[in-house]
Amino acid sequence: MTDSKILDPKIPSGPLAEKWDRHEQENPLVSPGKNRREKTIIIVGTGLAGGGAAATLGELGYNVLNFCIQDTPRRAHSVAAQGGINASKNYQNDGDSVYRLFYDTIKGGDYRSREANTYRLAQLSMGIIDQCVAMGVPFAREYGGTLANRSFGGVQVSRTFYARGQTGQQLLLGVYAALSRQIAAGTVKMFPRHEMLDLVVVDGRARGIIARELLTGEIKRFEADAVVLATGGYSPVFYLSTNAVNSNATAIWRAHRRGAYFANPCYTQIHPTAIPQLGDYQSKLTLMSESLRNDGRVWVPKKPGDKRRPNEIPEEERDYYLERRYPAFGNLVPRDIAARAALVECNAGKSAYFSDRAVYLDFAEAIGRLGKDVVADRYGNLFAMYEEIIGDNPYETPMTIYPAPHYTMGGLWVDYNLQSTIEGLFVAGEANFSDHGANRLGASALMQGLADGYFIVPRVVSNYLAGAKLKPVDTGNDAFKAAEDDTRKYLQRLLAIKGSRTVRDIHWELGRTMWNNVGMSRNAEGLKQAIADVSKLREEFWQNLKLTGNDADLNKQLEQANRLSDYLELGELMARDALMREESCGGHFREEHKTEEGEAKRDDANFTFVSAWEYTGANKEPFLHKEDLKFEFVELKTRSYK
Amino acid sequence: MSDNGMTIHLKIWRQAQGATSGKFVDYTVENVLPEMSFLEMLDILNETLVQKGEEAIEFDNDCREGICGTCGMVIGGVAHGPHAGSTTCEIRMRQFKDGDTITVEPFRAKPFKLIKDLVVDRSAFDRIQQKGGFVTMNVGSAPDGNAFPIPKDHADHAMDAAACIGCGACVAACPNASASLFVSAKISQLSWLPQGEPERARRALAMIAQMDAEGFGDCSNHGECEAVCPKEISIGNIARMRREYLKGALKG
Ligand SMILES: Cc1cc2nc3c(=O)[nH]c(=O)nc-3n(C[C@H](O)[C@H](O)[C@H](O)COP(=O)(O)OP(=O)(O)OC[C@H]3O[C@@H](n4cnc5c(N)ncnc54)[C@H](O)[C@@H]3O)c2cc1C
Ligand code: SF4
Ligand code: FES
Repeated sequence: MTDSKILDPKIPSGPLAEKWDRHEQENPLVSPGKNRREKTIIIVGTGLAGGGAAATLGELGYNVLNFCIQDTPRRAHSVAAQGGINASKNYQNDGDSVYRLFYDTIKGGDYRSREANTYRLAQLSMGIIDQCVAMGVPFAREYGGTLANRSFGGVQVSRTFYARGQTGQQLLLGVYAALSRQIAAGTVKMFPRHEMLDLVVVDGRARGIIARELLTGEIKRFEADAVVLATGGYSPVFYLSTNAVNSNATAIWRAHRRGAYFANPCYTQIHPTAIPQLGDYQSKLTLMSESLRNDGRVWVPKKPGDKRRPNEIPEEERDYYLERRYPAFGNLVPRDIAARAALVECNAGKSAYFSDRAVYLDFAEAIGRLGKDVVADRYGNLFAMYEEIIGDNPYETPMTIYPAPHYTMGGLWVDYNLQSTIEGLFVAGEANFSDHGANRLGASALMQGLADGYFIVPRVVSNYLAGAKLKPVDTGNDAFKAAEDDTRKYLQRLLAIKGSRTVRDIHWELGRTMWNNVGMSRNAEGLKQAIADVSKLREEFWQNLKLTGNDADLNKQLEQANRLSDYLELGELMARDALMREESCGGHFREEHKTEEGEAKRDDANFTFVSAWEYTGANKEPFLHKEDLKFEFVELKTRSYK
Repeated sequence: MSDNGMTIHLKIWRQAQGATSGKFVDYTVENVLPEMSFLEMLDILNETLVQKGEEAIEFDNDCREGICGTCGMVIGGVAHGPHAGSTTCEIRMRQFKDGDTITVEPFRAKPFKLIKDLVVDRSAFDRIQQKGGFVTMNVGSAPDGNAFPIPKDHADHAMDAAACIGCGACVAACPNASASLFVSAKISQLSWLPQGEPERARRALAMIAQMDAEGFGDCSNHGECEAVCPKEISIGNIARMRREYLKGALKG
């Protein structure tokens, strides 16, 4: 075991607003032409972060190998984002600025993110919008032809750009278009239906990956001068989440096993407005966009156990609890606060008519104020989706919602250059931990994905390639051979278990354990229980898993089993991290640490740091390192939305 | 929400990987609830198959909320099933009755090679896109987002067309296996925007040539594509594509 380290985030010196430009001036570049063509960069992931980086590095002339699980890069999970993307354009003249977006993000993250990264994100946000418009992304417009904006939770300006309820899709199709152009140009080679199963480290540097071609089961070796992971988030550790069913932690977890530290694993975002869970047959939870909180009012019956239909409950017997508790922000408080408030009400027995885990989101007032047509224009597709699932018509009967796992702020630790603790391994998008602290504001993940993809990764990877003296490696190297052998044996071991429980069955149990003990509200006893339960379940998995089929065919059961094996380790680490963090901040709420009013209570004296866990071996306790968070420009305050 | 489950009989296309033919296999699923999604019903079936030691039915899916375009089956003879404007994953069992028998097949079309069971290869769509479904510009060279005002109705038309999820249902439904609706959606989107203007002619010619090269058939205005399209992409886009093509060919 190593000594506990204080990690250096390598933040450039100088005033906040000048750091990124200085960084540009101070770092070396690779000259165009042959020098770039001869450098190979592996990018795993084709979402906004990975696809954006692959296309841009292709434009710069590098030799890019780009991987994804889906049959085409256009289906990466970024496609599912609905609501919008932030940028500090101040097109609405409502007082927005780079500083305000930066400040909102730091405050929204409950002062647990790195100032310099967050500031850079706010700076780059404007260029993202310009770039997307120029690529033909059909953002919503006003009649005069200018770009339209909407508001999102946790802020008091209107800075969210959107394309109906399909913003992620449109941004991803922009990325896909740029990627398609580079594929045609020969700079990017695309490997769809390829899953990265291991990272290859040679002489301390990331030099390649092992990937499985999902149709044939073939295990392949790929070498490169740098590796970028942009593989998205790990919310399906809860089984039920708003993420796609193939979202996974495998790429980052295998890199973690090879030496990349895992930062803030317990920071997970539980989104307040998903369609409530209906049964245990379910495979996912459907998000109802946060934009609904612009016009919808959240309430529960005042009387515990009141199971009348919502329209039978008179106005004075309803509690609009967000408006009551947070008059300044009302229904637009940040996600963590809205989610926890719903939990508090439901725990007190106040809930919707058909479930004790659901609250109302009511559009009656908005329909009265704006008319049904305007409401339909804004939210029609969401209302239709809701009606198909629940069977109630939200124009007439208030919608019901409940919080659901949605986004993971934690991820692999990276420095200012998005480089992990393994040299030459960069991590971008939701897969890293960098910008959102303990809670992410709405419409900020798309912004981060594209900032990383279009602007940051291309620059920092170029700097790395220009500065590093890399010896040539080829895939015949021992490290590649060993990693390939390990991967093959691992899969064969899974197929050889021949027990009696299906992947889904075990994953469901993991999900319930995580949701109950490492979910919206956590305490020491529950977390210790989770550590014990997850470790026991992992043991059972390796003894009692039941799979069919083989490893030389398309076999989704095997793919999911392999991903679940990683979730069974990550879940335990999340609980350990939550147990270590004896404070409440953002999405991490420890019942032992709250104010008299029940709000999260941080402990800045002892916990103003990023936890970065080192893997020490299977079934061994991980080792904690820290990065101290220094606030030079913002004063730490108690977050208040009252 | 409901406690009385339905019994659903299924005839599902099974085909081994690498095999040139397959067959329908009968299955029955009990206790199906109306609020279950069609794919959740198949999950339950797969659970019982695996428990019996049989291979699970392979079907592509990911987001399970109608936006990624990964899923796609012909359900009861209709691509994406009985509910208009929905993808396969959005279909709920409330569309069916207790005791129904439902046939489930892959999206069949010559350019979509069948891989296994209900999974097909739609990579031809990517190759069409690579021929011109983009604006030629590099990151870093964009003017301010509001530099070119775009009339709201043009932006809305562009968005209508851009909503395509690339699922391939239009191809599966077309008697000629034409990809015209898919290709026209992309061409149309960019033709409504000033950013797409400079490359209009080249784009239409190149994408259509690739569509033909992939073996997709001609469009003879059957309209089946529009009827099954989960994003309700209008067949009017095909007329627009033809005009773009003609303009391009004249400039030729
Ligand atoms: C329903 C929903 C709605 C959302 N709405 C919004 C919103 O309105 N605004 C907002 O800002 N954010 C939103 N988010 C969050 C945001 O969409 C994501 O955080 C963001 O898109 C992640 O992008 P990414 O590029 O990091 O990863 P992803 O888009 O998830 O891409 C991951 C990529 O990695 C690949 N991959 C993963 N593992 C492997 C592996 N082992 N081998 C090979 N490839 C692999 C995948 O195939 C995929 O290409 C939403 C999220 C969800 C789930
Ligand atoms: S046009 Fe419609 S049916 Fe065809 S691929 Fe696009 S979304 Fe699918
Ligand atoms: S699974 Fe994504 S559209 Fe059906």
